[in-house]
Amino acid sequence: MTTAYELRCRECGKSYGLQPLSICDECFSPLEIAFDLEYARTRFTREAISNGPLNMWRYRALLPVADDYVPQTPAGFTPLVEAPRLAARIGARNLYIKNDAVCMPTLSFKDRVVAVALANAQAFGFDTVGCSSTGNLANAVAAQAARLGLKTFILVPADLEPAKILNTQVYGATLVRVDGNYDHVNRLCSQIAERYNWGFVNVNLRPYYAEGSKTVGYEIAEQLGWRLPDNVVVPMAGGSLITKIRKGFNELIALGLVDDKPVKFFGAQATGCSPIAKAVKNSTDAIEPQRPNTIARSLAIGNPADGTYAVRAIRATGGWAEDVSDVEIVSAIQELAETEGIFTETAGGVTTAVTARLYAHGRIKPDELTVTCITGNGLKTTDVLRGVYEHGRAIRPRLTDFENFIEEHSSLSQELTLAGR
Amino acid sequence: MSVRVLLPNAFQKHTNNIREIASTAANLPALVTEIEGRFPALRPHLRGEDGQVRRFINFYVNEEDIRFLGNDKYSFQDGDEVLVIPSIAGGCC
Repeated sequence: MTTAYELRCRECGKSYGLQPLSICDECFSPLEIAFDLEYARTRFTREAISNGPLNMWRYRALLPVADDYVPQTPAGFTPLVEAPRLAARIGARNLYIKNDAVCMPTLSFKDRVVAVALANAQAFGFDTVGCSSTGNLANAVAAQAARLGLKTFILVPADLEPAKILNTQVYGATLVRVDGNYDHVNRLCSQIAERYNWGFVNVNLRPYYAEGSKTVGYEIAEQLGWRLPDNVVVPMAGGSLITKIRKGFNELIALGLVDDKPVKFFGAQATGCSPIAKAVKNSTDAIEPQRPNTIARSLAIGNPADGTYAVRAIRATGGWAEDVSDVEIVSAIQELAETEGIFTETAGGVTTAVTARLYAHGRIKPDELTVTCITGNGLKTTDVLRGVYEHGRAIRPRLTDFENFIEEHSSLSQELTLAGR
Repeated sequence: MSVRVLLPNAFQKHTNNIREIASTAANLPALVTEIEGRFPALRPHLRGEDGQVRRFINFYVNEEDIRFLGNDKYSFQDGDEVLVIPSIAGGCC
């Protein structure tokens, strides 16, 4: 390899140098970035990383950007927190949450991948960027493109949550609502990317973009004191994140930053869109596409691009995949908020509910060090909680009113307790 | 009966840059055979070592994944637009 990294076919291995391309023209399989780990060995060290900025760019030696690239968006390095109260509820004793609900600048892990994609969009000379999105990616592209002065076309399913639409338009992006589901939008974007000379972050820039997901894995390892967990639970839409966290762990092992140890990968989907979980349960690599029908719209991809690779990652590590109902998703959003003070969107509800089930079914043992990945913020999907909470009657600004309120409230609690016996 | 078939950029170096063809194939297996007949250079790329069409290649009829329409059993209708997309990109987590 003559550069630190290059594009390579995931199936036949053909090299493509560096260009905005995501499909092999020999076997029509997806392309991926391959790094020269020997070149990285002297640059990607614990010391170099700890001297780097407190964001994802501390790992830049294994991100596909030029050596002289000056990062513009300080995304990543989100908290890894112990979750003892959630753990107690679900029968765990060593549970951590990787909290990308507070990833900057747009409150989802998509800020990581977009930071890498747009760095490459600029390197390739694109003045217009775009994406197909179920919402979080739209927000991230719109915000970061605004910061870089790039023009933006963002295509989303027409029925997307209002908050995600507003959080795209506010940055001045051109939003195209498409009458169809994500898979329809995605297919249209594949055609647009072939027709227009634009940088589509998840089409022709996808190999670069996907590498940004590895930083979730690097951070988990560094924040655990440079060691790997026993288990990781990851939400799956296109199936990319789970494979890239694994790639990140494997790079850390190859470069000697962590000890080699088995890590099981667990995938989480909503039952209303669960093609990857279904393939895992049916012991096959072949993904049967589904028509999504779930409130977890950020995971509602019926034909997952990396589905086969996600299945392989799960199976190769001895992990498993589960899927949960919409009712369980909402309950899990509430449970995570009530126990750990983390308000996640529907995708995080999926991950939390699946994590609970994995403990309940004995697939994860209580003492194993387990990290569950929360990838988005609950403020973006508040519509799923509409009607769940009552505002209650307003009281006058008088102490007697407050005392009456307390009395009513405690008698109500007592009644509920009695009724529950 | 004729259907319009749109080929992706990734095929073009094997199709003399032809991006669109009209076909009278009755169904998907017949269409694949016809495409291979017209573009012999494409054949070794279109099928894997097992002789099957590579699994990353997706076919859509009008706006629907052909697998939702019965896949090989679907009979093309006059005026159908068939879209070939290798290795669908996109996707979130």
